[in-house]
Amino acid sequence: MLLKEEVQLLRRIPYFAKVDPCRLKLLAFASSRVSYDANQELFHQGDAGDCAYVLLSGSADIIMEAPDGEVKIGDVKGDCIVGEVCLLCDGVRTATVRTTTPVEALKICKDAFSKVLIDPGVTREVTRAFAEQLHRTTSELDRTRAGQRQLVN
Amino acid sequence: MEKSLLRYIWRHTRRQQLFILTIVAASMVPYFLAFDLPKQIINGPIQGGGFESEGATQAYMDFAVTLPWLGTIFQFDGISLDRLETLGALSGVFLLLVIINGLFKYYINTFKGRLGERLLRRIRYQLVDRILRFPPSYLKRVHAAEVSSMVKDEVEPFGGFTGDAFVQPAMLGGQAIAALFFIMVQNFWLGMIAATMVAIQVGIIPKMRHRLIELGRQRQVTARHFAGKVSEIVEGISTIHAFDTSNYERADVSHRLGHIFKIRYDLYQWKFLVKFVNNFLSQLTPFLFYSIGGYLTLRGSLDVGQLIAVINAYKDLPGPLKELIDWDQARQDVQVKYEQVLEEFEAPMLIAPAIHTLAPKSEDKAFSPLAAVNVTIEDQSGARVAEGVSVKFERGETIAIIDNMGSGGEALAEAFGRVVWPVAGKITLQETDLLELPESVSGRAISYSGADSYFFHGTLKDNLLYGLRHAPLSTTTYTGRDATHRRWEMHEARMAGNVDYDLNAEWLDRNTTSVRNGQKDDLKNSLLAALDAVQLTSDIMDLALHSTFDPEVHTDLAARIVDMRHALRSTLAAKGLSHLVVFFEPDRYNIEASVGENLLFGTMRPGVGSENSLLDSDYFYDVLRSASLLEPLFDMGTAIAENLVDIFGSLPEDHPFFQQMITLTADEIDVYEQLLLRFKERPEGVRPNRDELHAMLRLSFNYVELRYRFGLLTPELSEKIVKARDLLHDKLPAHLAGLIERYDPHRYIALASLRENILFGKLSHRIADAGEQIRAVASGVMHEKDLYASFLGVGLEFDIGAGGRRLTLVQRQKLNVARSLIRRSDFYVFNRALPGLDRRVQNEIVKNVVDFLKEQDHDPAIIWVLSNTSLARLFKRVVVFDRGSIADDGTFETLEQESGIFKTLVA
Repeated sequence: MLLKEEVQLLRRIPYFAKVDPCRLKLLAFASSRVSYDANQELFHQGDAGDCAYVLLSGSADIIMEAPDGEVKIGDVKGDCIVGEVCLLCDGVRTATVRTTTPVEALKICKDAFSKVLIDPGVTREVTRAFAEQLHRTTSELDRTRAGQRQLVN
Repeated sequence: MEKSLLRYIWRHTRRQQLFILTIVAASMVPYFLAFDLPKQIINGPIQGGGFESEGATQAYMDFAVTLPWLGTIFQFDGISLDRLETLGALSGVFLLLVIINGLFKYYINTFKGRLGERLLRRIRYQLVDRILRFPPSYLKRVHAAEVSSMVKDEVEPFGGFTGDAFVQPAMLGGQAIAALFFIMVQNFWLGMIAATMVAIQVGIIPKMRHRLIELGRQRQVTARHFAGKVSEIVEGISTIHAFDTSNYERADVSHRLGHIFKIRYDLYQWKFLVKFVNNFLSQLTPFLFYSIGGYLTLRGSLDVGQLIAVINAYKDLPGPLKELIDWDQARQDVQVKYEQVLEEFEAPMLIAPAIHTLAPKSEDKAFSPLAAVNVTIEDQSGARVAEGVSVKFERGETIAIIDNMGSGGEALAEAFGRVVWPVAGKITLQETDLLELPESVSGRAISYSGADSYFFHGTLKDNLLYGLRHAPLSTTTYTGRDATHRRWEMHEARMAGNVDYDLNAEWLDRNTTSVRNGQKDDLKNSLLAALDAVQLTSDIMDLALHSTFDPEVHTDLAARIVDMRHALRSTLAAKGLSHLVVFFEPDRYNIEASVGENLLFGTMRPGVGSENSLLDSDYFYDVLRSASLLEPLFDMGTAIAENLVDIFGSLPEDHPFFQQMITLTADEIDVYEQLLLRFKERPEGVRPNRDELHAMLRLSFNYVELRYRFGLLTPELSEKIVKARDLLHDKLPAHLAGLIERYDPHRYIALASLRENILFGKLSHRIADAGEQIRAVASGVMHEKDLYASFLGVGLEFDIGAGGRRLTLVQRQKLNVARSLIRRSDFYVFNRALPGLDRRVQNEIVKNVVDFLKEQDHDPAIIWVLSNTSLARLFKRVVVFDRGSIADDGTFETLEQESGIFKTLVA
């Protein structure tokens, strides 16, 4: 996949949809392409996070480690981004991501990301997208809690 | 050493001085004969004196030996020669005398030169010998660069002076007295006038020169300080940059140079004033002769003949006199220099020579106990850091020393290491004062490592084994020319009072290594174990992997590495890991490498300019043209430029990406932007000029498709590039051939590092953990091929730079501990030896060291002054210092329960 196509792909990701294509090209150029075999970990729960992955092909599971074993809480495939939270704040991985098929991914490092973001226009777009995502997640969480309450009652 | 340089010279070269004086005296005979001969030739055969009649002959070489009272005892009537024959004979004699005089001069000069050089060698050696014997506190006060400038430069003139020290005054004095005597004979009173003037000259001029000498002394001292300052700037350069004080240093240097200039200018003024007075005085005498002598002649009390004779005789006086005064000037000058140097080297309490006696055989008995008896130690300011300390350590103990307040423990350890001398009390080893024991005992029974370590310029290995070089252990046998040279070397060393130990002999004492099983590989095992203990092995392996070596010298190793290269490849294939590396193949394009690397298919000599000299060479363009690559690569470069301008063009100049992502600066991006604009405006068919070609080729040269992902490398292009490889290397011109080394799967590449040679390919950068996986496999292959020790050997050849500055601080501290561990000693003293390391590593290393030393069979004591008090639990006995004296002493367990101070320290 060429740089141009990667840029197209990045634009399909909500966070980057409204970012200037020029900047996206820079981000893509600053990121590196990585390949994984099936059943390899992109990152592990509890590790310090320093980069996000945009899956270009293949698929992976998102796994939570609970005291009584692993629980699959979701999956990602092409055109998806995982581990993006660490791009904006420090913290450890909240889950493990493990490939189920061979995966091609674009690895966006926090360092490169923050340097592309130096431009305030870009920052605004990305943070707004993040905020929308957060909004969705919170309302989802609220709904789940409400559901749990009803179950308990 | 003597107070006066003349006396020093006399003492060491007395016999030679007398010999050369005799030779000089003997050389006077042909010298004066040659003076008289021209007159004889002119008066005799040429003007015809004695040949008045036709066919007249003269006796040639007739002489008679006549003694008083005995009369003539031998007579030779000579050979009878006619006029032409006499001319020939006399001219022949003249030529002979010229040759004899020349030979005398040659002999005397070389003899004097050798005499001077030997004395210089002696004095330099003595000074360095003194440095080696200075008490430690004295050396802390002196400036290294100043001392070295003294030893090197300031004593230099002594050598030149030595040859003339006695010969010159004897000869010139003789000449002057003879001339004066001659004047006296002509006329007593005029002679007296000349004598008085000489007396005035000899009296006044040296007095005037006193000031010169004082200035000379000042010049010497300021120049020495200046040398010290320069070396300080070099050593402190990082501090200067860190604190932005470079202009302060500039001002300081300028001030010093100004001062030196002033002194030197003063010196010139005085020098020429003295010269003027001197010349004036020597011209005054003839004035007196002319005026007073003339007056007397006019009065009739002196006849003209006598006056002319006196004036003629006077001509011979000023020459020697002037030279004599010059000699005296030189004497005073070197004397002052000598005193100056001596002043710095006259330290009180020099270590007695007997302490440094050469002892090739180590005493194979153990020394114990090591004790402090009522020891008081002062620091440089005179404050007492330890007072009345008495403590005894036996072999086999492990002792932790901890400081609560002050640094008494540290000071005590320094006293054990003889870094400081106690001002009262004494340190004893087996009941003998440590300072009275020969260093061959104290320096081997005790291994001391402090926090401030020094490393000598050389390889890591040299420095690690430094502590085993006590004495020459073998006598090297030389043959042929080497033997002659060695004999000469020893003779000269002795003549100059130097030692004649052979530096080429085996100095490494293989019997005193910590691991000792009586095997040949004791040394190697000690070394490897010591490196493991201080966790330096992986650092050294890294150094090895990044270093290059000359395969011509290490042919065997080079071959084994090539062998490992193939083994690694087949192992990777067997494990199904071949995709981790893209190997260099002569007939295939390497997708992980740049276009340039693929074209060259080789390594360029590291350093700036290699790439440019290739891109600037006509040859390179010719090759590209004939491989029809010039245009495609130019187009590729243009496309890359378009992309880069697109990506980076809008970025601010100081954006960090310019350094991280590409090797271009913002300015260069601008240049490319301009170039692209120019291309656009240009009508079709105009060819780019050389600079434009260069600019674009530079981009395509560094292009890696997998990394840039611009989609510019077509299969046809890569095929063409592979085909051009042979073309490029076929007729590589000489100036490029040295810069490029072609890859060959079956040969070691000298310009590439060890790592590159093993891998012989590029890691696939898309596979996230390719590096780690390869490292694991390669390490396995390395052990399988038994190359581990050889690789470490390469790493140990790493040049650590002046003072070990090419190593990191942590590496230096580890190295410092390791070089103690290699030695077999009864006591190992570590004085806060690992302060730069973090706690966990400190803990591991201290434990490793204690374990390693306890494993050996010589049951040593380990005394460790800890900066990290919690490590005390690794030791059996703990000594706690408080305000310079011992507060607690006992086992770790008892102190933990009983001692208040200890509890607060360790908690």
